[in-house]
Amino acid sequence: MAVNYSAKEEADGHPSGGVGMPGGGAGAGGAVKTRKPDNTAFKQQRLPAWQPILTAGTVLPAFFIIGLIFIPIGIGIFVTSNNIREYEIDYTGTEPSSPCNKCLNVSWDSTPPCTCTINFTLEHSFESNVFMYYGLSNFYQNHRRYVKSRDDSQLNGDNSSLLNPSKECEPYRTNEDKPIAPCGAIANSMFNDTLELYRIDNDTRTPITLIKKGIAWWTDKNVKFRNPTGDGNNLTALFQGTTKPVNWPKPVYMLDPEPDNNGFINEDFIVWMRTAALPTFRKLYRLIERKNNLQPTLQAGKYSLDIAYNYPVHSFDGRKRMILSTISWMGGKNPFLGIAYITVGSICFFLGVVLLIIHHKYGNRNTSADIPN
Amino acid sequence: MADPIRWARYRWQRLISTEGREGSRPSNSSNKYHQSSKAIGKHRIVIPCLGHFKEEYEKVSKLYMNNKIRTTKYTLLNFLPRNLFEQFHRVANLYFLFLVVLNWVPLVEAFQKEIAMLPLVAVLTIIAVKDGLEDYSKYKMDKQINNLLTKVYSRKEKKYIDECWKNVNVGDFIRLSRNEIIPADMVLLYSSDLDGICYIETASLDGETNLKQRQVVRGYSEQVSEIDPEKFSSRIECESPNNDLGRFRGFVEHSNKDRVGLSKENLLLRGCTVRNTEAVVGIVVYAGHETKAMLNNSGPYYKRSKLERKVNTDILWCVLLLILMCLTGAIGHGIWLSRYSEISFFTIPEPDGKLIPPTLAAFNVFWTMIILLQVLIPISLYVSIEIVKLGQIYLIQNDIDFYHEKTDSTIQCRALNIAEDLGQIQYIFSDKTGTLTENKMVFRRCSIAGQEYCHEENAKRLESYQEMDSEDGDSADHQCGSSMHISKWEGDDCRAVNEPLNRKSVNLLSGSHSALGREDGAGDAPHSGHVAFSSPIETDVIPDTQLLKKFGQISSHSCDQSEASSKLSLETMYITDFFLALAICNTVVVSVPSQPRQKMRLSSLGRMPIKSLEEIRQMFQRLSIRRLSSSPLPNVKESSSESPSSFVSKLSVFRMKMASPALDETAQRAAELHNMDSPENSHVPQELDMVNVAACCEHNSATSSIELSPLPKLCYEAESPDEAALVHAARAYRCILQSRTPDQVTVDFAGLGSLTFQVLHILPFDSVRKRMSVVVRHPVSNKVVVYTKGADSVMMGLLRTASEDTNNSEVEQMKIKERTQKHLDDYARKGLRTLCIAKKVMSDAEYAEWLNHHFLAETSIDNREELLLESAIRLETKLTLLGATGIEDRLQEGVPDTIQALRKAGIKIWMLTGDKRETAVNIAYACKLLEPDDRIFTLKSQNKSPGFSAGLVIDGRTLEHVLHDSLQNIFLELTEKCRAVVCCRATPLQKSVLVRLVRNKLKAMTLAVGDGANDVSMIQVADTGVGIFGQEGMQAVMASDFAVCQFRHLKKLLLVHGHWCYTRLTNMVLYFFYKNVAYVNLLFWYQFFCGFSGTSMTDYWILILFNLLFTSVPPIIYGVLDKDVSAEVLLQLPQLYMMSQKSLAYLPSTFWITLLDAFYQSIVCFFVPYFTYYGSDIDIFSFGNPINTAALFIILFHLLIECKSVTWIHTVVVVGSILFYFVFTLAFGATCKTHNPSSNPYWIMEQHMTDPVFYLVCLLTTCVALLPRYLLRVLQGTLFPSPVLRAKHLDRLTPEEQREAIKRWRDDSVVNCRVELHTISGSSSSVTALETRGSPAGFCTLAQHDLTFPFRKQAF
Repeated sequence: MAVNYSAKEEADGHPSGGVGMPGGGAGAGGAVKTRKPDNTAFKQQRLPAWQPILTAGTVLPAFFIIGLIFIPIGIGIFVTSNNIREYEIDYTGTEPSSPCNKCLNVSWDSTPPCTCTINFTLEHSFESNVFMYYGLSNFYQNHRRYVKSRDDSQLNGDNSSLLNPSKECEPYRTNEDKPIAPCGAIANSMFNDTLELYRIDNDTRTPITLIKKGIAWWTDKNVKFRNPTGDGNNLTALFQGTTKPVNWPKPVYMLDPEPDNNGFINEDFIVWMRTAALPTFRKLYRLIERKNNLQPTLQAGKYSLDIAYNYPVHSFDGRKRMILSTISWMGGKNPFLGIAYITVGSICFFLGVVLLIIHHKYGNRNTSADIPN
Repeated sequence: MADPIRWARYRWQRLISTEGREGSRPSNSSNKYHQSSKAIGKHRIVIPCLGHFKEEYEKVSKLYMNNKIRTTKYTLLNFLPRNLFEQFHRVANLYFLFLVVLNWVPLVEAFQKEIAMLPLVAVLTIIAVKDGLEDYSKYKMDKQINNLLTKVYSRKEKKYIDECWKNVNVGDFIRLSRNEIIPADMVLLYSSDLDGICYIETASLDGETNLKQRQVVRGYSEQVSEIDPEKFSSRIECESPNNDLGRFRGFVEHSNKDRVGLSKENLLLRGCTVRNTEAVVGIVVYAGHETKAMLNNSGPYYKRSKLERKVNTDILWCVLLLILMCLTGAIGHGIWLSRYSEISFFTIPEPDGKLIPPTLAAFNVFWTMIILLQVLIPISLYVSIEIVKLGQIYLIQNDIDFYHEKTDSTIQCRALNIAEDLGQIQYIFSDKTGTLTENKMVFRRCSIAGQEYCHEENAKRLESYQEMDSEDGDSADHQCGSSMHISKWEGDDCRAVNEPLNRKSVNLLSGSHSALGREDGAGDAPHSGHVAFSSPIETDVIPDTQLLKKFGQISSHSCDQSEASSKLSLETMYITDFFLALAICNTVVVSVPSQPRQKMRLSSLGRMPIKSLEEIRQMFQRLSIRRLSSSPLPNVKESSSESPSSFVSKLSVFRMKMASPALDETAQRAAELHNMDSPENSHVPQELDMVNVAACCEHNSATSSIELSPLPKLCYEAESPDEAALVHAARAYRCILQSRTPDQVTVDFAGLGSLTFQVLHILPFDSVRKRMSVVVRHPVSNKVVVYTKGADSVMMGLLRTASEDTNNSEVEQMKIKERTQKHLDDYARKGLRTLCIAKKVMSDAEYAEWLNHHFLAETSIDNREELLLESAIRLETKLTLLGATGIEDRLQEGVPDTIQALRKAGIKIWMLTGDKRETAVNIAYACKLLEPDDRIFTLKSQNKSPGFSAGLVIDGRTLEHVLHDSLQNIFLELTEKCRAVVCCRATPLQKSVLVRLVRNKLKAMTLAVGDGANDVSMIQVADTGVGIFGQEGMQAVMASDFAVCQFRHLKKLLLVHGHWCYTRLTNMVLYFFYKNVAYVNLLFWYQFFCGFSGTSMTDYWILILFNLLFTSVPPIIYGVLDKDVSAEVLLQLPQLYMMSQKSLAYLPSTFWITLLDAFYQSIVCFFVPYFTYYGSDIDIFSFGNPINTAALFIILFHLLIECKSVTWIHTVVVVGSILFYFVFTLAFGATCKTHNPSSNPYWIMEQHMTDPVFYLVCLLTTCVALLPRYLLRVLQGTLFPSPVLRAKHLDRLTPEEQREAIKRWRDDSVVNCRVELHTISGSSSSVTALETRGSPAGFCTLAQHDLTFPFRKQAF
């Protein structure tokens, strides 16, 4: 109500410049205009205002309420996070005992690729859909110049950018006078290990179906990343005149046999192109869907991971991991948020109690001193 | 609308240091002209472009500028380059530019080049548009002025033709009619006025509305017909153009080599208006930009506020912080990079395929970081501070409490950037006259020939005024007040009408009178300037009975004198001379108010000396009437409570004779009736006719219609109110100044009729001589007489000493001198302003001798001032003391109250006045500056014991010694221990030296307040100069930073607006520091996780717009509108002022605590999301988005915590900012697929809006970040509430409760002090004694003590 009242008053006061003024009514003529300021709430600084006074007494409820809200939320999050199953294998191979130790010093283009197999055991079964990630550590995908080293319009299917990539891509812009598609350091350094998961059941390895579609954001796959357009759907033709990134074994149009997962809209590629925020990160690699309601997605038991080890991380002390994780409404396993909420909630509650004591001891004197009894 | 433009101009002049000085002087060409004109010598030669001068004219006049003015800075063509050039004089813009350029270096490029330019472009555009608009309005003004028409003499057509102003050249003849504006500075050669006078109004130049006289050059005034330019064959030589309005030197050289001196009296200034004069002709000497008006038109000067200086030092800290952070980044990057021996995926090699060496990379990163963290230097702070100040000024100017109805004026903020200094004033230096007092001089007493006349009736009258004032309070009542008097008077007057037949004439009379009265009342309102120093209180003086009796004798004697002259006693001669001196010795201009600008002229009859028998007969008749009158007193008293109309008091003389009480009532009724519907248009006859006056005397005859025909009211326009008061006093004794021309003064002297004095010289008042003199030729004795009036200190030394011839009169004279001195001391003790009146009779030979010298002085160009001064001193010797006057200057409304409040607020008040000691001390007591308990020190006193309240009184001569270097410190030490200092007899220079001394030595914030030209230097020196729209013109106002109408307005200005402005701006500045540090640190923390490479986790657009758009408005609103305590409480508890005075809101520690809090908040804001998303598949911008959003909430809610009052505007702005942020990021996220290469927040916000974790993170982050600050404020509010906080509690109470609480608060402190008073000393200790005791810390403790007391009492 007060707001409306004031707004109206101000609106009235401003343009007319003193309709309400005694003797100033001449208006247009302005001859009789006095210099008397308008007596509006705004100009006289009498706008109705809420004047919060922060004393122990007034804010007590706020602290208790925050405490009471935060603690349950925290518990909820903590429980949810704890229910998430997660399994992680480091397959970098720095330890000599590791099966992948032999591949530690591979280079990009070693053919045939170095392969290694790691066996592991899941103690608990994974009930719901399982997400398979690869994780990299100490990999600074957020380096300023690395982050910039891409051409979004090329990736969006812009034909002129395809043949004339942005300068940001330097020095991965052209190779042997041919434009690189996709250009830039990010694309050039794309993760190219291949991971395959087998369930070992009485010494028989049954491959687990890894779904490679649906790992990228829908908008990325359908809007942001587009293959070049042109006559026909033959990607080879469309990418005519470009060359593959230096580190890649094969050109972009041969990333995947399926046409809707090939070229720039290859999901592995899209996922890689979404640069990670922190030097330790994981990226979604595959999905393992739950087949039916009777069986868990991944039963507890022995599994083996076959790795085509192509991606060298040893030079920068990087680590490579494979992560299997179920997921909740709040994403992957992370106890931090839950604990933080519980802690903050408790602190607030505690402070509330402290303030209550303070209020009882000192608070009265403020109010009673001013308000006559 | 004008204000923003003025503001913009202000900013300009401040920012563009080199160009700014020139102000409105636009073109280089003007400078060139200047130099060339200087090149030909110190003097300028003006020759009319006529006839035989033609060749020389062409040679000379080319060197002078013509009258075309151009005040614009730009033309259409050079606007862009020049504007940009000027903008880059600004340091802030250079910083921006530096960043932009830096960003173009590929190696360090942090943002996209175009985006980095955004802030700079925004600032440049805004200011360019502002400049353009301002310049365009100037251009339009110029064009309008240049195309004004004036009449210029054309050689071709041999007559005056219309010509545009811009085509006027030096040497042109210009003819102006009444009310026309003078187009260029010109020497007056002809005036239609018979006396060769021209009146000009200089309102547009200095705001003064009283008329100034200008004189035709000597030698030309005698010409009867209008000057013919063709025949003008003289050349004028005068000084080069300068900006001194009060000086013009030169001479006219006739063809026969005769020289006639020129002075400022001969110069008509551009921009003034010709008044009261039908036509004038002048020759242009300065045109266009070389006119004095234009040269004076320098732009406003710039003062930097204390807060701003502090902000600047803190910004330096920020710079240091920035460099530190960038160094951290650089070193970190170097170390990080050196870990990698070979090229890895994320380290991009140089074109040559090698890795960049770590040291070079570190160097590059240093600059990158500067670009990235640029916001740490709060450039936006400067822009915001300026906007906030503009808002604050706007609110101050719109405060209705500063509106003064009588003058229709309100506060003027002339300096736009020091509003917050008002909150920090420690010393106030106040002028006395016109500042503390009304500067309405009221004649109170006089002493003539050693005999005192105390004018008791007059004192009673003044008391009644005082009562009326206090009853009315409101000035609106003035009108009815005066009309009330009118009816009363009419009632009285009607007694004069003893025949019913005369009713009609009575009606006529009453009609015209009520009209007059109304005019009078209205005169107080908008156009009061026209009748300066003429409110009824000043103009009506009731004569002293005793003196009146003696006066009656003189009159008869002097009548006799006209036949047989030597019968006068010494005393009566003194009295006559005394009043003549009062009437003559001044520069008052007489005009008739009914036609405000019509000069009062006597009819030809009146101009003749009274010699005709008829008149003498009438005179006798009049005198006999007076002698017959039995009881003159009561009637006189009644009449003089009337409005300032001379004839009223005149009539009152006559009315007494025919008092017929029976008629009284009916007549009064009739008068009232007519008062109600009196026609406005009743015109007062313009001419004062002697016959008419005479007719009045023939009272008993039935021709009352003639007798009652109202006489014109004379209006005196004086330069100083003292003069006006004296003239009015003289008039009360019917020694009426009738007209004044440069050559003669006509006085209507009761006993003698009209006397016309030939004025030989006027030696004007100056502050060195402290006196003025008029040299006249006495019409009766035909001798040269010098009348002098001046300050007693100088006058007493100039009196005739007894050495010459020791006759009776000499002895008498000594006695008179003694007694008069006693009276003078008495007057001064009573707080009256004293003046001595003296005269000197010269023989013709003496005069001739003096005249020779004087003439030489007058015609010299170079050191004319000194010569004139010497000449005047030579004349003013061996004077005969006539008497002295005591003039009262009443205190302005609310002065004691204001002084007490300001004192309570911890402000020390010094009174600096030119008056004498006793007067000053008395006024100081009256306005509670000194209190009866105070022990008054003169400077000589060695007693420095600080235990009691002390006032220091010092006079000008002592001051001179004190201000020597060696004594300065001791003096200041002494003054610090006194609660009030009164400096009397101080010259303007001393005033300013004192202010500067306190300002520099004590490092105190000073405020100087004054109303007259003598206060200008002090006002300019002080940190804050306040001018008062006074009776003495506008110089003080022009020089001031704030101009108010009344002294009492200072109270609200300082206690409320000063407090508000200071706390608002302080809080906003601190908030800005907090905001920038908190936000920038987010980026800084991220560097630790991206190899110090300078990546930002937020999109560049959002990063830059965050400061530019999303969080820019709330702090501004906060800075303009926040209100910690209401105005009422602030006014009632002046102690609260000390909070801002001692900068408690912005201590150095506050700054660091703020930064610390900012660091904490940024750590929380960064690391809560960091740990939440650690190890997940989050990408850069998805990581940055919750951080950024949480930062927005934190920053805005932080503001709400700090806000003391939240209005709907705050709500709208905060909610609007948040909404705007979301709308923008959503829209941006939805649209930018590729437009924004290298940074692509596509669909991220949308994604997050559906993610519960995003909300959880934002919520947690915001709460944790704000918790400490919130807790701190809560604990502060509960455990250690500041006085301001406690005062804020008062706002919540109902009015009654509030009143009681405030009373208790105050009572408690009073009791507190009383207790001390009794216990400590029993002597003169008081609360203020404590205040004076010591250092600023002492102030604080006292404040704390005072304020905490009530609560402590409650607590225990």
